[in-house]
Amino acid sequence: MEKENSTELEQVVIRFSGDSGDGMQLTGTLFSNISAILGNEISTFPDYPAEIRAPQGTIGGVSGFQVHLGSGKIYTPGDEADVLVAMNPAALKVNAKGVKKGGVIIYDVDSFEKSDLEKALFVTENPFEELGLSDTIQLVPVQLTSLTQESLKDSGLDNKSIVRSKNMFALGLVCWLFNRPMDQAIHFLEDKFKKKPAILEANIKVLTDGFNYGNNLHLSISTFVIDKSHDVKKGRYTSICGNTSAAFGLIAAAEKAGMQLFLGSYPITPATDVMHELAYRKDLGVKVVQAEDEIAGITTAIGAAFAGSLAATNTSGPGLALKSEAIGLAVMAELPLVIIDVQRSGPSTGMPTKTEQTDLLQALYGRNGESPVVVLAASTPANCFHYAYMASKIALEHMTPVILLTDAFIGNGTSLWKLPKLAELPEIKPHYVQEGMQGCKVTCRDEESKVRFWSFPSMEGFQHRNGGLEKDYEKGSISTDAANHEKMVNTRAEKVDYVANSIPDVEVVGDKDADLLVIGWGSTQGHLTSAVEKLNKSGKKAALAQFTYINPLPKNTADVIRKYKKVVVCELNSGQFATYLRSKVSGVEYLQYNKVQGQPFTVTELVEHFTTLA
Amino acid sequence: METTKQYTAKDFKSDQYVRWCPGCGDHAIVNVLQKSMAELGVAPHEVAVISGIGCSSRLPYYINSYGFHTIHGRGAAVATGVKVANPNLTVWQITGDGDCLAIGGNHFIHSVRRNVDLNVLLFNNQIYGLTKGQFSPTSKKGQITKSSPFGTVERPFRPAELTFGARGTFFARTLDVDLKTAQTVMTAAAKHKGTSIVECLVNCIIFNNGAHGWLAEKENRPDRTIVLEHGKPMVFGKDENKGLALDGFNLKVVTIGENGVTRDDILVHDATTEDTTLHMKLAMMEGPDMPIAMGVIRDVEAETYDAAVENQIKEIQQKSSIKKFDDLIDSLEQWDM
Repeated sequence: MEKENSTELEQVVIRFSGDSGDGMQLTGTLFSNISAILGNEISTFPDYPAEIRAPQGTIGGVSGFQVHLGSGKIYTPGDEADVLVAMNPAALKVNAKGVKKGGVIIYDVDSFEKSDLEKALFVTENPFEELGLSDTIQLVPVQLTSLTQESLKDSGLDNKSIVRSKNMFALGLVCWLFNRPMDQAIHFLEDKFKKKPAILEANIKVLTDGFNYGNNLHLSISTFVIDKSHDVKKGRYTSICGNTSAAFGLIAAAEKAGMQLFLGSYPITPATDVMHELAYRKDLGVKVVQAEDEIAGITTAIGAAFAGSLAATNTSGPGLALKSEAIGLAVMAELPLVIIDVQRSGPSTGMPTKTEQTDLLQALYGRNGESPVVVLAASTPANCFHYAYMASKIALEHMTPVILLTDAFIGNGTSLWKLPKLAELPEIKPHYVQEGMQGCKVTCRDEESKVRFWSFPSMEGFQHRNGGLEKDYEKGSISTDAANHEKMVNTRAEKVDYVANSIPDVEVVGDKDADLLVIGWGSTQGHLTSAVEKLNKSGKKAALAQFTYINPLPKNTADVIRKYKKVVVCELNSGQFATYLRSKVSGVEYLQYNKVQGQPFTVTELVEHFTTLA
Repeated sequence: METTKQYTAKDFKSDQYVRWCPGCGDHAIVNVLQKSMAELGVAPHEVAVISGIGCSSRLPYYINSYGFHTIHGRGAAVATGVKVANPNLTVWQITGDGDCLAIGGNHFIHSVRRNVDLNVLLFNNQIYGLTKGQFSPTSKKGQITKSSPFGTVERPFRPAELTFGARGTFFARTLDVDLKTAQTVMTAAAKHKGTSIVECLVNCIIFNNGAHGWLAEKENRPDRTIVLEHGKPMVFGKDENKGLALDGFNLKVVTIGENGVTRDDILVHDATTEDTTLHMKLAMMEGPDMPIAMGVIRDVEAETYDAAVENQIKEIQQKSSIKKFDDLIDSLEQWDM
């Protein structure tokens, strides 16, 4: 395609925004997948309301999907958008602040009538002026609704269905703007609507008309060319969200360990997609019980673990709270169990669709009694796979519950994922009883690692009674002996601490001569990496240590932290990891940088803050 | 199920000393359970006994099988996980009126609704024993307990009604002192495919002594209870001359030989009929005008949840080309970079 006026970009951020019924998530997903197939690195961030269909055109109903793509390393979905597609005035209002100076706003003129403006609580007839949008922003008014109606007037579809297709017109237009050929988009649509040929045909028509509209009318904006990514390791890729990759991690672990996978679960935003994904995998023998409540979600899983399965439960903060007594049971019964907490904004119901890292202390300490568990945190959508796999491996090899923390940001966001092969993944050896150990007690354990040997119903000669009551260290029978209880408390703690022997050191990236160490954990990795890279490019020096193994901490943690003159712990809560580190590595003055807004960090705000420290 | 080896009750006794109060009704039930397990002939390592919290929930310690003494109220959910994970196991759930119907009420109705193949022994002594004497969801209205010093003001649950309301497929009732009926219903419960609820009326000698005394008294028991048997006329009484007959939509007690009543006028028990109307009438009978129904009141066939889960997996596995993790990965939209 010839372009008279096109700009080469290294990276671009595009935000699609409209009513929650406008199909913005689909539009955004299609566009990012097309870009990934064309060889770009991508990172996406869906930002949607808790209401399934809030009143049309209102601020509360705005659903957004941001994608960051580029030819270099892409760590985050980006701060501000280069291009905003606004399907109505409410979408414009919600996202106006997030558009870069000099950026482009494509909007549906047909949806900017007076009544539409009123629904979005604009008081004047010029929403752009009212929002104080900079003169440098390029406004691209397009009659998305009427052009779509025109495009489909002979389709035989009813008007409602026709209007619903306007997101495809917008997608076609954006594809033109970024030089994305149509064939991939059409291919995706064919897959999605294979059972609805009329809808498929209509979507393809509107998509193509949207593309041609841009092409033929030579909209007075330049188009962009983004080169293929050159930083990506060669291989086969897909784009994946964290909830799906976490589900795949469990599947892979079960197969590697030669076990049945069982999930006990109760629907909760933003974690439910883990269950959806596993419910599909009957072909791989995955058993999913959609339980009557969060407690039954975990207790069915504990039952399955007792019966010899790789058992897991997934939830979000309020669900983790409900599960806490049962986690204690798994601690006491020393059963393997994976608990995936896709964190959201709290407390209580909080902001269910918004991201936060506020469950850390709950995961570490939120139970009665001395109740240590292993805690991991994934840091990208793609590596939720790795950490779900490792959580399973640790649970099975160390006979302990493992809590994996992800969050709405990486759970729903997507990134590129280099496809794994089962053979390449590390071995998993569940800590089963061995032949000849018949008659050994429920508490019989390896004296070095303190891991008890696992036997379960159907194994002859290993019948035993397990439970939540304290057990005698030797005999395995119930005991209230004072010294024995303390010995058991210490044994369970040592068992969890011993896991430190099999986890990797925390890595430090950034400037080797830095005095400033930035510490993060979990899903903030992308933003912190970008910020530290930017800072170092600007001549200031900083290094970054991003933690994914939280309990136990990597063995080199104290050595790393104590090397730096200044340490700043950055997290999306009021300072939970900083509090934890203070108790684990003393004698360090931990500075904090916290944000509790239900939104990820922006690279800009981080760089600004680090500049004052470095 | 292997039936080649003959088991005795001793094979199901663990080495643990039984710690219930002397005179507690639970002693009898655990003995009968061990006998029933021997009669069923399932090997100890193929049996899982799951419980929640409470006096009765200590039972798994006394059985030589795999046992799991879990947390308060959650026995039904844990047992569901065990059975779904390995449907070949025989799973017993041991629970009490507090554990099952108060804190565990939600799990109870949902395990019954799903028809998970569990054998549930519901020990109903109408009191919280282990926390030393508070009223439970089955305590009689007005009952004086430590937490109701002036008598309770709440209406009790009737376990049978709750079971039927949750679409239960099996309900039986027995008394701790009636060992013969206890063993009959436990064995029937184990043979039933689905959630079998066995309400065991047990005596708490410390906190609610004599709660079922009216029934338990040996001499009058034949007149105050009726042991139902599928396919048999509903006859009871010391002289076996009393029976149940229809009176409009209700049941009434009639005497054979009086007012022209013959054995042919007595209803015949059908435990297998889908319709719950008569089962409900039978289970709800109360003294002193009516006898309390014992034995298997309802025993109907329906697909079990654990089997349905397995069957769906088998069906999908036959159709799907995804057999392994690597196939799943191959099936994803993907590209080279």
